[in-house]
Amino acid sequence: MSYSPHTDADRAAMLAAIGVKSVADLFADVPARVRFPKLNLPGPQSEMETMRELMNLAEANADAQHNPIFLGAGAYNHYSPSVIHQLLLRGELLTAYTPYQPEVSQGTLQIIYEYQSMICALTGMEVANASHYDGATSMAEAVVMAYHHHREKRKKVILSPAIHPHYRAVVKTYMQGAGMSIVGDEDPGNDLPQLVKMLDANTALFIVQTPNFFGQIENLEGLAAQAHAAGALLCVVCDPISLGLLRPPGQYGADIVVGEGQSLGIPLSYGGPYVGFFATRKDYVRRMAGRLVGEAHDKDGQRGFVLTLATREQHIKREKATSNICTNQGLIAVAATIYLSLLGRQGLRRVAELCWHKSHYAAQEIAKVPGYSVDTSKTFFKEFVVKCPMPVKAINPLLLDEQGIIGGYDLGQDYPHLQDHMLVCVTEMNSKDEIDDFVDALGEFSA
Amino acid sequence: MTEPLIYDLGAPGRQGVIMPDPDVPTTAFPADLLRTDLDLPEVDQLTVVRHFTRLSKLNYSIDQGMYPLGSCTMKYNPRLNEDTARLPGFWSSHPMQEPDTVQGNLALMYQLQEWLREIGGFAGVSLQPAAGAQGEFTGVLMMRAYHVSRGDTRRNKILIPNSAHGTNPATTSMVGLEVVELPSDERGDVDMAALQAACDDTVAGLMITMPNTLGLFEERIEEVVKIVHDCGGLVYGDGANMNAMVGVVRPGDLGFDVMHYNLHKTFSTPHGGGGPGSGPVGASARLADFLPAPVVGIVEEGTDDQPPLYGFVNPPKTIGRLKAFYGNFGMHVRAYTYIRVHGASGLRGNSENAVLNANYVLSKVRSKYKVPFDRICKHEFVAEGVWADAPGVHALDVSKRLMDYGFHPPTNYFPLIVHEALMIEPTETETKETLDAFSDALLKIADEAHTQPEVLTSAPHVTPVSRLDEVAAAKQLVLCCRPIPAWAEK
Repeated sequence: MSYSPHTDADRAAMLAAIGVKSVADLFADVPARVRFPKLNLPGPQSEMETMRELMNLAEANADAQHNPIFLGAGAYNHYSPSVIHQLLLRGELLTAYTPYQPEVSQGTLQIIYEYQSMICALTGMEVANASHYDGATSMAEAVVMAYHHHREKRKKVILSPAIHPHYRAVVKTYMQGAGMSIVGDEDPGNDLPQLVKMLDANTALFIVQTPNFFGQIENLEGLAAQAHAAGALLCVVCDPISLGLLRPPGQYGADIVVGEGQSLGIPLSYGGPYVGFFATRKDYVRRMAGRLVGEAHDKDGQRGFVLTLATREQHIKREKATSNICTNQGLIAVAATIYLSLLGRQGLRRVAELCWHKSHYAAQEIAKVPGYSVDTSKTFFKEFVVKCPMPVKAINPLLLDEQGIIGGYDLGQDYPHLQDHMLVCVTEMNSKDEIDDFVDALGEFSA
Repeated sequence: MTEPLIYDLGAPGRQGVIMPDPDVPTTAFPADLLRTDLDLPEVDQLTVVRHFTRLSKLNYSIDQGMYPLGSCTMKYNPRLNEDTARLPGFWSSHPMQEPDTVQGNLALMYQLQEWLREIGGFAGVSLQPAAGAQGEFTGVLMMRAYHVSRGDTRRNKILIPNSAHGTNPATTSMVGLEVVELPSDERGDVDMAALQAACDDTVAGLMITMPNTLGLFEERIEEVVKIVHDCGGLVYGDGANMNAMVGVVRPGDLGFDVMHYNLHKTFSTPHGGGGPGSGPVGASARLADFLPAPVVGIVEEGTDDQPPLYGFVNPPKTIGRLKAFYGNFGMHVRAYTYIRVHGASGLRGNSENAVLNANYVLSKVRSKYKVPFDRICKHEFVAEGVWADAPGVHALDVSKRLMDYGFHPPTNYFPLIVHEALMIEPTETETKETLDAFSDALLKIADEAHTQPEVLTSAPHVTPVSRLDEVAAAKQLVLCCRPIPAWAEK
């Protein structure tokens, strides 16, 4: 099977026009020693057979369509309206490139402009870019931006240990060539007051997540002033669904707000593609990486949209660019925009409320199960920490095998002091029946 | 023909999707943490559907016509791939599930790693990078880590030919290394004398695009690789142009140490108006230990009636993690599907046809467009969109006029080493008839440039908007349509 249309007659006519005898003649400049290797790949296969093979692979998985799921930890099972997926299959959106030619790309450009506007509204910030690869890389770009903002003179970044472990790992990967010191998360016991004590004249950026990796809402009142007093910037990582209910970081003085947009109607898809949002203050727009869409007008005064501030970008600035980014997560940002348009002011609030009520109900019920306890030391949003009477690694297979339930995240993997602690996530998708079954099942594994 | 903003449609109280009431006892909200406003649109479902449908119609796309954007490989995106990526087991599995509950995903990723390894001739592959630019960044981080691990800390320079991709210099700076640009010779290849002179014990490596952005295969590639290796440097291949090379030559066989693949170019995953991409990285034996973590491995060998058990493993000297979770998995499913359908013969056929199509269009337009490095090209070629006897007409005008003829323009003004560049990549999925129509449009435009240049300079004439004032847009930045909240003013 191939999607190349040429007949032998086409090929012969084309070779004649080019003035060569065979297709192989077009590759005479490739060293003969290594030309046309025999590739050890399976033979071609029809679409029909390929579909069957892929169905078999897919069916080897447990998934959130067939199993109640109480797993979050950075990726969330939220409701994704049908409209999003029907619209995303439109070839005009699916099969276009980055909108370099604005006259034939107004669809993508206007949607991204609307996306930027909605991200500003959600986060309470003044500007947002057209997206990054995911929440983790958005946070890494915040570090890069803060580093450049301080003209590479400040070399320290403070990370809360309650930030998603993958996000912290990505920052360390990104900054390994810059000689920065990344501190704060070396001790999982470091809380906000202890982290604030680390602020000094060498600190470029202070990063905190709320709700944090454990689902807890951090008290960030006054934190911006403390960071600014040291001359550092404040970056807040957050879940966009929580912003349907909770105060936006712009309101308590954040300089940069980033996060994972997957919650906004994007399928779990085993971790990607997702979309990282990035918002900041107008003053910093020229230091921000990523694509940006701005309003423009044509010669007849008609409104349109263009990619703007390209002078920051790699193809113009070359080695002096703010980053090497070419693509963003265009189509996923479009999906998030359609989601926010459909849910709107009331709907997003309602989703957040459902997460709040259902997670609190589940926590209350789990707390009643002998052997289990729930950490209620801080207010939580849709995830919470449960101390279990046996290893999470032992509970989860039992949950799946006996009840068909995908259990929560084993926190002991990342936090040695949290062995036997499960991070449980409850969203609007978990019905009361599912929650009750989950609680009952946990009760059976208490010995 | 403009579409109102979504915020200007709808009315207070309307909703596109109604969410249910809680089916559990409610819990009081924390009053001091609540937001007081939420400035999102309020629109009914049909209006939302119409808004985004109307907007989509303002886009040009592969589904509508030929999209010969050089170095972007805008080939047909098979619809089968969209269906396989949406199979519930893939679409709705969670990245933090225990590996033994997602063996289908891991088997697919493992197989894709193996196939890409075979196609590139490498010792190992990581699927993690989310896009080509992140794959490049990964490759340069790996080269740096390799030298540092050997205590060879003086190597702080990356050599980049001026025919390489525009991202290469920015990537190098992100890693904290210094860019040394190499000139091209009169045939469009790397200038060997300049390369030889630049190679010393401060060179971390060379970044080379193959074929280069002129669409040419470096004729002395083996010599180039040898010179870099002889000075202790490594060779990074930018795989963005791999669509000319699958089944033709394996970069690993040429001695490349590390390369990224663009699944959204060579392996047909859709570009989505600017992402998501996917940029897996392949590495030679000496660099494979530095690949991003985690990669998929076999943790328990299979038997005759039992498949192997797949799991995640961290390469021993890994540079670390590039993103949360494991890469753009949905793109992995699409690329797997694509490779499975084609097999080795189909993939090689694609590269051959891509090269055939580019040379065919070149043969047709050469009479009226100057092609500064004119020899057998690979999947793309670069012409000049300017004529001495048609002053006032530029490559951009040719591009805009192509829109009137129903085609997407080529890549403009890149590579920088060609004056007024038009970089044309037809891809293998276009029919001869379409290539003829496109070539005819280019030839007509060349005539118009001489007979009625104003038709070009005022183009396009049939698009939803005419040329937009990008300079004014960058000066008076309007990036958000909502009022700035009062708290942000201070």
